[in-house]
Amino acid sequence: MTIAEDAARLGLHKVGGRPPLRDYVSEVWKRRIFIFSMARFRIESENQQNSLGMFWVILKPLLNALVYGAIFGLLIGTSGRPPHFVEFLIIGVFVFEFFAQSWTTAGKAITSNAALVQSLAFPRMVLPLAGVTQRFLQFLPTIAIMLVFLLVSGNPPQWEWVLILPLFVLYYFFNAGLGLITARLSVHWRDLNNFLPFLTRFFFYTTGIFFSIEERFEKHPTVITISEFQPIHEFLSLARSILLTGPTYEIDAHLWLYAGGWSLVLFSFGVWFFWRAEERYGRVD
Amino acid sequence: MSTDETQVQAPQPPTDRKPVVVVDDVHVEYKVFATGKRPTAADRRSKVLRGRGKQMRTVHALKGVSFTAYEQDSIGVIGTNGSGKSTLMRAIVGLTPTSRGAIYASSRPSLLGVGAALMKDLSGERNIILGGLAMGFTMDEIDANYEDIVKFSGLEKFIDLPMRAYSSGMTARLKFALASVQTHDILIVDEALAVGDRKFRSRSEARIREIRDNAGTVFLVSHSMQSIKDTCSRVIWLDQGTLVMDGEPNEVISAYNEAQDK
Repeated sequence: MTIAEDAARLGLHKVGGRPPLRDYVSEVWKRRIFIFSMARFRIESENQQNSLGMFWVILKPLLNALVYGAIFGLLIGTSGRPPHFVEFLIIGVFVFEFFAQSWTTAGKAITSNAALVQSLAFPRMVLPLAGVTQRFLQFLPTIAIMLVFLLVSGNPPQWEWVLILPLFVLYYFFNAGLGLITARLSVHWRDLNNFLPFLTRFFFYTTGIFFSIEERFEKHPTVITISEFQPIHEFLSLARSILLTGPTYEIDAHLWLYAGGWSLVLFSFGVWFFWRAEERYGRVD
Repeated sequence: MSTDETQVQAPQPPTDRKPVVVVDDVHVEYKVFATGKRPTAADRRSKVLRGRGKQMRTVHALKGVSFTAYEQDSIGVIGTNGSGKSTLMRAIVGLTPTSRGAIYASSRPSLLGVGAALMKDLSGERNIILGGLAMGFTMDEIDANYEDIVKFSGLEKFIDLPMRAYSSGMTARLKFALASVQTHDILIVDEALAVGDRKFRSRSEARIREIRDNAGTVFLVSHSMQSIKDTCSRVIWLDQGTLVMDGEPNEVISAYNEAQDK
């Protein structure tokens, strides 16, 4: 009789095995309070050492909008400016900020929580999810500021505005999927975290935050077609078309389809991809 | 069960007690980047020519360790620094995958080690809450146990401070208090008591005996032979990744001390 059979007969399980995906996901679901609490505590501790405290949750996006507004609104004239440029810019900057922040936070979730991972046993997936949730919670006041800004600058509220709720839920899942994939990859290849700032900057300048891709590349239909498949651009365009009125901001139904597809596919793939290396995350080397 | 195929003098397997952890010919190899520092100038030149000095080096941390732990065992693990004690403990918990061999356990063991705070930016209170939630407790269960945890850790005055302000002893106290909430079947304490003061150490040793008496199994890695004599019923001696001796505490410890004094 081999030791393995002997062990099984005595009711012993092999240590270090990865649970089946279904059990794993239900373990993660059981820890949803952990995900939420960790996100909340992290936000508080990030602000605790500042004298302005939680006020920074609102101050940060405001300053962001001010800086980008001053630079792209007054200093640099770019071609391809759509109507309602300031609103266009604010929505672009705010919505993009969540993507950039959550990508960096979730990407480092395992590597920067090494002490926690090495001392307690729990499904590691909760860490990148807590990172994305943290950035999402910080994104919520930003949305409120965005809406207030739109009202103040003379955009009457419309029933369509409620559509940003499902849009940002999709956006959350898209970012969670991306975060899970990046969190695993950066465990295998630490250098990835150094590339992330450049990648986000690349997306920032190419996604059409401060210029309209549709107007800038009017004569290059291929560029426009490609950008329609670029997920961040899809989310930005949808947010703008929901919140702003005018012929440039017609709601494009097929963008909903693409954005939904991206979220669903990336999130499911992310969960599977992250789970595949579960036993790897606690290792020191 | 034949787990002692090597020169190991294992004690006679007690027939009345259930095996809880079976370690079967476990090898662990790490691949790490070495800096590639060369001893001679000529070597260093060739390194420059090759452009990169980094090399993958394989560290063979465990070389075929086998033993069986039974319920109510409290096993002391001794050995010099770098003998593979912590690697073995981490392998038993499943944090370090084995390259060959396998480990079987009746339930998932918990490891209590020294080292970094769980989440150093957060207060002790929040570390207890998040640690408890991570281990799978509900918020109600944590609320019910919170007072006990804080009391056991003896950190009432510091519980609202961020853990980065804690000393290593205070960190160990909090982690031990948190880990001992769970009614453990298998608890592994890796040097965690060494940084605690005398009062905390005796309190922790009492808790370890309590766990053992409740049919649990405890592994205690320590350099304090007194601590091991006080709490352990069996001692394992590791040296350079191999199991040298496994048996009665006094016997193994005196053999170990003899080897050290040589």
